[in-house]
Amino acid sequence: MTDTPILRIVGLSVALPTGADRHHAVHGLTLDLHPNRTLCVVGESGSGKSLTALAVMGLLPQPEVRAVAGAIQFEGQDLLALPERAMRRIRGRRIGMVFQSPMTGLNPVMRIGDQIAEQFRFNGRDLGVDPRRRAIELLASVGLPDPTKLLDTYPFRLSGGQRQRVMIAMALALEPAVLIADEPTTALDVTTQAQILKLLRELQERYRLAVMFITHDFGVVSEIADEIAVMRHGELVEHGAAGRVLGQPAHPYTKQLLAAVPSLEPPRRAPVVAPIVLQTQALAKTYRSRDRMFGRRREVIALRNVDLAIRRGEVLGLVGESGSGKTTLGRVIVRLLQADSGSITIDGAEVSQLPRRQYRPYRKRVQMIFQDPFSSLNPRRTVGQIVAEGLLAHGMPAPQAHARARELLRIVKLSEQAAERYPHEFSGGQRQRIGIARALALEPDILVADEPVSALDVSVQAEVLELFEEIRVRLRPAMLFITHDLRVAAQICDRVAIMRRGEIVEEGPTSAIFAAPRHAYTQELLAAVPGAAQLALGQAARPVSATVLEHEPK
Amino acid sequence: MMAIMHRLFRHKGAAFGVGVIALVVILAAIASILYPDGPWEMVGGIFEPPFQRAHPLGTDGLGRDVLTSIVYGTRVSLLVAFVSTVVAVTVGVLVGAVSGYFGGRLDDLVMRVTELFQTIPSFVFAVVLIAIFTPNIGSIVAAISVVSWPPVARLVRGEFLAIRHREYVEAAVVLGVSTLRIIFVEILPNVVSPVVVLASLMVANAILLEAGISFLGLGDQNLMSWGYMIGEGRSTIRDAWWLSFFPGVAVVATVLALNLVGDGLNDALNPRLARRGRA
Repeated sequence: MTDTPILRIVGLSVALPTGADRHHAVHGLTLDLHPNRTLCVVGESGSGKSLTALAVMGLLPQPEVRAVAGAIQFEGQDLLALPERAMRRIRGRRIGMVFQSPMTGLNPVMRIGDQIAEQFRFNGRDLGVDPRRRAIELLASVGLPDPTKLLDTYPFRLSGGQRQRVMIAMALALEPAVLIADEPTTALDVTTQAQILKLLRELQERYRLAVMFITHDFGVVSEIADEIAVMRHGELVEHGAAGRVLGQPAHPYTKQLLAAVPSLEPPRRAPVVAPIVLQTQALAKTYRSRDRMFGRRREVIALRNVDLAIRRGEVLGLVGESGSGKTTLGRVIVRLLQADSGSITIDGAEVSQLPRRQYRPYRKRVQMIFQDPFSSLNPRRTVGQIVAEGLLAHGMPAPQAHARARELLRIVKLSEQAAERYPHEFSGGQRQRIGIARALALEPDILVADEPVSALDVSVQAEVLELFEEIRVRLRPAMLFITHDLRVAAQICDRVAIMRRGEIVEEGPTSAIFAAPRHAYTQELLAAVPGAAQLALGQAARPVSATVLEHEPK
Repeated sequence: MMAIMHRLFRHKGAAFGVGVIALVVILAAIASILYPDGPWEMVGGIFEPPFQRAHPLGTDGLGRDVLTSIVYGTRVSLLVAFVSTVVAVTVGVLVGAVSGYFGGRLDDLVMRVTELFQTIPSFVFAVVLIAIFTPNIGSIVAAISVVSWPPVARLVRGEFLAIRHREYVEAAVVLGVSTLRIIFVEILPNVVSPVVVLASLMVANAILLEAGISFLGLGDQNLMSWGYMIGEGRSTIRDAWWLSFFPGVAVVATVLALNLVGDGLNDALNPRLARRGRA
């Protein structure tokens, strides 16, 4: 750290509009960025990390949110004091930015080449480069195959990882000195994420970039950080070299965050000996686009010959990347989708071909927990109504159903008063508990949980996983736990099934698969888990049950 | 609910609109108290100009008081507008809900039918319908309803299509909740805000339609309405401008007020905009 910082954030405070839950999104933040180094800014949602990035870029949603104190010094200027015209010359040219969502970051009706050329048109006329040649170079430098052809391609033909590479190429088009990356790999699959992280590392060295990498994921941090800044409620709680912060965290909050990262090491679990509750055989499903008057019909095979069995009280993890068919399988099992062929048996009775009316009694026995805590609760109904809905649908008298709903809220560790309130009054973790209470209301024998903790912050995630552990012990449903996160799978599942392109490629006890994966794809997945090597933490403390976390605010 | 009212009145235009509509409604209610003799009575000389003590808005060629006619006209305008809007919204919501929720071929069929309705200019269509049936208040309401429901159906269908695959609806399916209950209890309340906004604009549109129909002489001959007055005054507009002008002002003011309320409702029911307004 002998070289001088290229960008200094000094005492930055960003004010929120009056009426927000706190005055400052960022308060008194001081950080330095150095050439050829990566600073990871880590924090949970609401920590102010993204607003810090936007402040540097001069992109705060003013006037509601604005910087009220401090300075951002860059090449002899204070960026906060610069007028918009001058800022525009710095943005892109001297400071590049990569955003989170590769799906919305590119203009869908513009060819890739034109989008990159756009950068030169507004910023780089004086650079005297041939835009097309430069674009080809850039695309090649981010590891995209056949860049010449790619120039004339529209974004929809590219995968998420490829789009993110294009976004990085665009951010680097004018050879900025600083690159700000806001959760650039969060929306990507682990194997893609691993590639993008590697690419960022390489580019950083080649261009001596100062990188500010914003993330919530300690695994990613441990892969690429030189320095780490931990933020909480808009304040910097810890800052230091990566090795030191990860190895010997000083601040209790950092320790708490690190402890909440699930270990990749599965705990010892005895094999479940119980009758099989749910079994599928040769389940297949193909999505077909509807016949149109013009145009071809398209087919996507989502499931091919899926066999699985879950015993009472057993948790089967279904692991795979996006598009592997794992969500389809969950939906077919709860009959939100109808399988094309194959069988689903519940306690030995074939149910997949039952007509709606005759299937109805089984609805009670098969329940689902959804991923998105925000769209899975009806905003117009009270929590009590939401939880009681299933009981009412199956004929329980209203007073009893509502009493039972309160009891369920207690089971998921919410207060009974929650029943009177509406979903928007709760945080993500609390909403997920409400969703769980709703699923448990009917005392299901089979529980399908579709990425139930993916949308949650790591500390909240740990609490919800703890709740799942309790459900497993107390209510003993057969559980299909769908996740893309191998760390979560390691902690919660008795067995895991690895899915790829609609097929289960490997299945077995969690500890056996994590210790000695046989299928090449499983090996690839395990190797891609960020921080697998560096973050050898948590073996001593099983985070799921051992850490006591402060309750989320509100 | 209170919060929505509060936000609505913060919107200056909407507050003004609500005021105007309230005035119109009150006039309609007390018309027979103010002018117990009714609008058809000859009460003065012919073509008396406005702004005189006895007849503030003047009289027409038969010596009838223009102000009295306008006050009675509010009754017809409001009745036709509100009844036809209620009918059109009900039909539109039901059709749109079924179409959006079940989708597939049913949806295709329903949408083709609404398109058929939408390709015919609504005013001409309404006139044709009234000409086929006898022109009376019932057939006017029916005709306006028939030409007004398709936009509601399309709006509701769109909202249903979007909400049908939300996770909370799927959760209800998995819980075994009946389809009717899902449509009415889970989805419909989430569609109310845009429908309310649309309905306020439909009331305005219905007033215009009714005025247009009466102007063409296809209105109910037994009822004094704004459109009828404008139509009657048209032939003498160069000599007695007030006969067409004041009913026209009434139409413009009411329609504008309803549009302002629609705008205000749109903002008040959209929490994100409302928050920006507060900042």
